[in-house]
Amino acid sequence: MGTELKPFHVTEQPLDSALYMDYVTHPGAGAVTLFAGTVREWTNGKRTMYLKYEAYVPMAEKKLAQIGDEINEKWPGSRVAIVHRIGELAISDIAVVIAVSSPHRKAAYEANEYAIEQIKKVVPIWKKEMWEDGEEWIGDQSYKPEQGSGQG
Amino acid sequence: MIYLHYFAGLKEEAGKAEESLPWEDGTAADVLQWAKTSYPAFDFSAVQIAVNEEYVLETEPVKPGDHVAFIPPVSGG
Repeated sequence: MGTELKPFHVTEQPLDSALYMDYVTHPGAGAVTLFAGTVREWTNGKRTMYLKYEAYVPMAEKKLAQIGDEINEKWPGSRVAIVHRIGELAISDIAVVIAVSSPHRKAAYEANEYAIEQIKKVVPIWKKEMWEDGEEWIGDQSYKPEQGSGQG
Repeated sequence: MIYLHYFAGLKEEAGKAEESLPWEDGTAADVLQWAKTSYPAFDFSAVQIAVNEEYVLETEPVKPGDHVAFIPPVSGG
């Protein structure tokens, strides 16, 4: 990690969720929600050995920052950090951390969920599931370019 | 010249992450057509195009020096 925390970051380094929680915490906040997406071992009866993530890093970081901007418009007074890990991740490793602080808790919950849903739609990051007997790139077929954070 | 960026399954199909293409003018649709012809085994039906790191419609002009990325359905999180 560098000395300065990047609030919208794609990195190969393990994620330390506490750093992002601290980053969004400030005197105006009355609530902080911290979401960690972790690598699941079993999906639909198939055992994942590990995951590989890759990203179009500069565009992904721009899109994460755009999600942050959208959250600030929709839930004023929020502070956001979103970081996604790429490379090879083992079971239970943290793939994504989303920290949102808001004056009140409802906004912090809603904004945090908005962030993960937008990540799954528009941020150019891809996951490959590596099984005992094969591998596959996973794609979310629900993607629609008109949705927020999509079309410039 | 334009600069093409491939990811995930398309990167594996192409056997490379990037390549450049001689270019004078055209649209994102023209670039997509070139890619479909060059990599016929890859399913482009759900692929979005980004020019200079922003999603665009296929009618978007592409100029020399632009970076064009093919974005298969994303699966972060």
